[in-house]
This record gives sequence, structure tokens and C-alpha cells, in this order.
Amino acid sequence: MKTRLLLVIAGAVFCLGNAAADPADQLKNPAQEAHARVLFREIRCVVCQSESIDESDADLAHDLRQRVRQEVAAGASDVQVKADLVSRYGEFILLQPRFSFGNAALWLAPFLVVLLGAGILLVRRRPPAAEAEDLSEPEKARLAALTDN
Amino acid sequence: MTAEFGSFALVLAFALSLAQLGLSAGGRWRGSAALSGAGEGAAAGAFLCTAAAFGCLMFAFVTSDFSVANVAQNSHSAKPLFYKITGVWGSHEGSMLLWCLALTGYGAVMALAAGGLPARLKSSAVAVQGSLGVLFLGYTVFASNPLMRLTDPPVEGHSLNPLLQDPFLAIHPPFLYSGYVGMSVVFSLALAALIEGRVDAAWARWVRPWALAAWSLLTIGIMLGSFWSYYVLGWGGWWSWDPVENASFMPWLAATALLHSATVTEKRGALAGWTVFLGLVAFTFSMLGAFLVRSGVLTSVHAFAIDPARGILLLGILGFAAGVGFAVFAWRAPSLAPGGLFAPISREGALVLNNLFLAAAIAAVLFGTLFPLIRQALSGDAVSVGPPYFNRTFAPLMAAVLLILPIAPLMPWKRADLKGAVQRLWVAAGLAVAAAVLSFALARPGQAVTALGLALGVWLIAGTLTELVDRARGGGASVGEAWRRLRQLPRASWGMSLAHIGLGLFILGAAMETSGRIEAAKVLGLGDSMTVAGYQLTLGKVGSVDGANYTAERATLAVTRNGAPVCQALPERRFYPASQQTTSRVTICVRGLSDVYMVLGEPRTSPAGQPAWLIRAYWNPWVRLIWLGPLLMAFGGGVSLSDRRLRFGLPRRAAAASALPGPAE
Repeated sequence: MKTRLLLVIAGAVFCLGNAAADPADQLKNPAQEAHARVLFREIRCVVCQSESIDESDADLAHDLRQRVRQEVAAGASDVQVKADLVSRYGEFILLQPRFSFGNAALWLAPFLVVLLGAGILLVRRRPPAAEAEDLSEPEKARLAALTDN
Repeated sequence: MTAEFGSFALVLAFALSLAQLGLSAGGRWRGSAALSGAGEGAAAGAFLCTAAAFGCLMFAFVTSDFSVANVAQNSHSAKPLFYKITGVWGSHEGSMLLWCLALTGYGAVMALAAGGLPARLKSSAVAVQGSLGVLFLGYTVFASNPLMRLTDPPVEGHSLNPLLQDPFLAIHPPFLYSGYVGMSVVFSLALAALIEGRVDAAWARWVRPWALAAWSLLTIGIMLGSFWSYYVLGWGGWWSWDPVENASFMPWLAATALLHSATVTEKRGALAGWTVFLGLVAFTFSMLGAFLVRSGVLTSVHAFAIDPARGILLLGILGFAAGVGFAVFAWRAPSLAPGGLFAPISREGALVLNNLFLAAAIAAVLFGTLFPLIRQALSGDAVSVGPPYFNRTFAPLMAAVLLILPIAPLMPWKRADLKGAVQRLWVAAGLAVAAAVLSFALARPGQAVTALGLALGVWLIAGTLTELVDRARGGGASVGEAWRRLRQLPRASWGMSLAHIGLGLFILGAAMETSGRIEAAKVLGLGDSMTVAGYQLTLGKVGSVDGANYTAERATLAVTRNGAPVCQALPERRFYPASQQTTSRVTICVRGLSDVYMVLGEPRTSPAGQPAWLIRAYWNPWVRLIWLGPLLMAFGGGVSLSDRRLRFGLPRRAAAASALPGPAE
């Protein structure tokens, strides 16, 4: 079922294009605009269905974009921009969860799996000797005699 | 009458699934071939009945019988016939019926065609498949019957979501579902093997074709979905780590890991427990997806047919089936015969490493998808896990998988010489480094991720070709001899090479598209033009068009490059009065592997007071590889499936019947 049978809900908010690209809203300074666009992709449109504000056509996404643009134009750092958004909307607005105690499990889990798996493999690896442990001296001699011919 | 007949057939299918479970289990327990045979017959009957119910629902859609609730909610008499038919699986109930159709279909094929299986293993597997049928058909009959009548039928239906009125609705879900549900056979065989207490090379060989078929179908299903969202969502995204996308990706990753570990089990008798575990995991992920997409517990752009109340039921089914599966695993796995030993430097060693990183990548996708739920349940905090998380966890883990990939096929089983394998890959490594340097210094200056992506893609393709060339020209064979050897390579080997090259192509496309896409947006009046990546777009006219069940505004854009005409684009904005929704119809101008992608935005007024429209255009370099790659992977799966050694089912049964004095059943 997981058909990505696109949205049955959210009738009003269809993405009709990459909303952030609207030339009417863009900052004059192309470098700042590009920087703002990078930030947009890390900020969730909190009223939409799993979209960043870079993609969404929703009014709130538009307001958030303008807000971020203003802050970027005013020279705010990424950390300040995000902190400001989090203070208003909560951590939910960040698409990349922070490295915090609460999120430790999330960030560490994949790498713990690697360590755990590697550990299991090491523990279960029996000494290679078990497989074809060397022949005894008389056997070696016999083998040598056979292969010499 | 048809709807009643369909409901009856559905209930009968449920009863036959119960019979399949009971008879096959009885046949296994009593050692009675008659009971087991009856169970197999019940499996076939369950499929026929589900197909009949499905046909009845389709009939109700085609004839616009609005006295059937599901038709009234999801169809409309003005809808084109094609979308009336595809609308059958455009809703919660209808798509569950499609799921059941696939489930009983696989059950019937397994029961009737799987001739080579030992009788006891087969009876157990058919019984397990029957129990899955009972669960899902029971859900459909009692909680989600698509054939329910309305006491007060409306004159007209609500119509289907316009975004679903697309040719892709016809092919994407059937491929996707046959992929998901194909894992059910792997699940049944895994559980049956645990019950029988025997997982060996022969079992791995029986499982592989099913896993391969399901994996290939799922690959195509996901690829189609990705392409669909690329052109329907209107901003050219092909993957956004949305929960629904992840839900389809997890079974695919599990199946990929399974295919590789099953090879080790088949060739070396090792990793038996792990392969069985992956078999259980793959279908569990399929069911998890079914639950996530429909329950609405996670928000998604692709959320579909959401119904929280029934979501709980699906969670119950998932919990029960997976719970029983893993409980049996925990109980029986320790008693499985320990696997063979192997040296770390060997093909099986490389495949184990591949599985290790794949497992970690699966964990990243699983945790990333479910973490918001877990965190909310534990602390009440709402958090989001979006693309940046997956780019930082999944991507490096997969990079590790890709790095090992070309080395493994060059290493022999049991004991290999790593140095020798790596030495043979020096050309591939050189090409990869050259691609990275070129990209970093010239094509996409300073973009390390792109350079890395391109290098990995080249490494995969060149490394895979190295192995083929090695096999053909090994020992200084002449061209004719090399050609003869290539033709004699087993199909499974060709399938593997094709799939690996397909993956390489995908990586190249993904790396180029992600970093190299160029976007432009401009408000154009009639006769105005804009430029994207050297292509000039001139707005000729904007007119209105009437479709079967929509009205549209259609722009005519002339696309030229250096004055030479390239194509004419006709993007539309469509309005569907039945559902009061507006959608956009993208136009794509294909240029080799790349696309010029154009979207008609809302009307504006130009500074001079003339009518104007917002036009968005994108240059998506190499984007076609993102779908051609997976297509080649699925094709490789098909080629491998046609390998004589893997053939499983009818052809082999026919051959066996003529060559042997009858199978021991």
C-alpha cells in the first residue's frame, strides 16, 4: 500500500512547482539568496505533509521563507536563524534533528549496528586453525612425496 | 448483483485460506499427501475467488455503479474509462484487495508450481502462506470490504484525486504490490524452514528465485513511483526520504541483503540463520509499509487512503505475523546446524561485509523513519527527521557497500587473494579517480560530494566490466574465444553484472542531478523569453483546453538552443471541478539523458499591466539514468531468474516429470 499515490489529503496545498523559486520574493544579492535556499531545504513546512519550505506552496511556507531571507540579508548566522525558528515552532521545524541527548539513539543507531555486527563476526570467528589444521609431520612428508612426482 | 457476488467470492476466498492453513498444516502433521494436496487446491481456489472479487469490483467501477460505496467515493461517471479501471486500486479498500490478489496469487503459484520442494517443507510453507491469507483477507472482508453497498446511492460519485488520474496509477501499484507481497513467499519459506529445523544450501536455492522475482518487481515499482513523483509533483524531485518512500525502500534493501546472503548460504552453507532472518525481515517491512502509509501516524506527501482506526488493525496484523515469525526464529534458530566456516578474505567474507553495511543502512532508514514516533512516545517532543539526516547516515554506509562491491566478484569462494583482486581493479580505480578529479576541478568545481558520487559510479561500472573482461580474456584468449566464453557465462552471472552496472548508472545519474540541476523562474508575458542552462524558452501563447473531466490553461513554450528549435512544450494548469482541485501538468523536453523540465505557474500581471504567467524551468542533467539504472537492475534480476540452475517451478517441474519417475511427494 505504500503506493506513493500522492496525497489524498491536503487538498488545498498542492505543490505547483518549487515555490521558493518565485522571482518576486528573491533577495537582490545572489549569494545571499543561494544561502537562503540551502537553509530552506533544512526547514520543515510545519503545516504541510513532509515538505521543506523550499518546496511548499503553503502560505506559512512563504512567510517562513521571507522571514529566513530577511534574517540572512541582515547577516544572521545559520545557527541564529535556526535557533530563532526552533524557539517559535519547536524542534519539529528542523529537518535535520540536532545532535542532542534525546536524539543520540537516532544518530548512533546505524553506526552501532556496524560495530555490533563486526563484534559478532569477530567473536564467532573460530580460529582459522579449525578448518584445515596443518598436517602432522608424517602426513606432510607423504604429501611432499606424492606431489613431488 | 455483481457486488454481492464479489462479496461472496471474497468471503469464500477467506474460508479457502483458512482451509489452506488447516489442510496443509494437517497434511504436514499427519504426513498425508492427500491433505497437503487439498491444501494446495485450497490455495488455488483462494486465488481464483479473490480474482473473481477483484473482477467484480472492476466491473462496478467500469459501469459506475455508485450504489457501491467505494465506487461512489472514488469514481465519477465523467472519468475516462482508463481511470475508472485504475481507480479500482486508488483507494484504501481497493488497494488492500489488490494486495490480497497478489498474496493469494503467489500462494497459488507456490502451491501448484513449486515442484522441487520436499513435501514437508512445502506443506509448511503453504500453510504459513495460508495464514497470511487469513489475516489479510480477514481484514479485507471484515474491516475494509470494497464491495459494500450504500443504502442511499448518490447520483454521481466523488471522483478520484486528480493527482491519481495518471497512467502511472495503472502500472506503479501493481508492480509495487507484487514486489512487496512477493516477499510473503520468502517469509513463508523462511518460517517453514524454521519449523522443519533445516536451513541448507538447497533451501537457499529454493528461496532465491522468489526473492529475485520480488526484488526485481519492487525495483521497477519504486522506480516508477520515483518517476511519477518527479513529473507529477511539479518541482522535479525524485526522492525526498519521505516516510512513504522509505516504507517502500526498506523491504527493497532487506531483499537486496537477502539475495546476497542467500548466495553465501547456497554456495557455502554459511549464514543460514541470517538469511532466514532477512527473509522474515523483508516481508515484515512490507507489512510495516502497509501500516505506515495507511495509518497516518507519520505525515507524508504520498500519504494515501489514511484511516487511523483501521491502521490499528493493520498494526495488529503486522504485530501478530511478525511476532510469530520472530518468536519461532528465536526458538528454532539456535538449533539450526551451524554454518560453514569461512576466511575473512574470500567472496563470502566480502558478502558478509556487504550485509553488515546494508544492515546498518537499513537501520538508518528504519530509525530515521520511526524515530519521530519513538521520541514522541517517550518524551512527547515532536522532532523531524528529514533528508539531511539520511544524507549523513545512509549515504556513507552505502558508499562503503559500493566500495566493496566490484571487489567481491573478483574474489573466489573460500580463500581469496585480496591483493590480486585489487590489482586487477587498478584500471577501474584509475578511471574512478580521474572522474573525481575532473569533476572536482573542472565540471563541478569544489563539489566534493558530486566528485565522490561520480567516482563511485565509475568504480562500479568499470569494476564490473573488469570482471567480465577478466572472465573473457583470462589467459590471453583470442577475441573469438573471449566471445564464446562470454556467451557461455551463466545467466545468473550476467544478471549480477547487469544489476551492478545498473546501480553504477543510477549513482552517476543521482550524483549529477543532485548537484548539477539548474533552476530558473520568471514571470513571462506573451512573447517574452527566459534562459535555463543555455536553452531559451519563449512563451508563444496561453489558451484554455477542455479535458474529459477538467479544464486547463495551456501555455505554448518554444524551446530553442542557439537559435535552433529543440521542442515545443505545452505545460498545463488543470482544474478538476468534481473535486475542486488544481494540479499542474509538467512538460519535459528530453535531451539525451538530461531533461528540460517546465511548469506553468499562476497568472500574474506584468509590470506593464499585461497578462503574464510565472514559468518555472529546470535543467536536470543525466536525470534519466536515475530510472534507466534501476530498470537495468530489474532486467538483470530477470536475466538471473532465467538461469537454468535457478529455475523453479513449472519449467523445471515439466522437465523433472519427463526425466524422473515422479517427484517424491
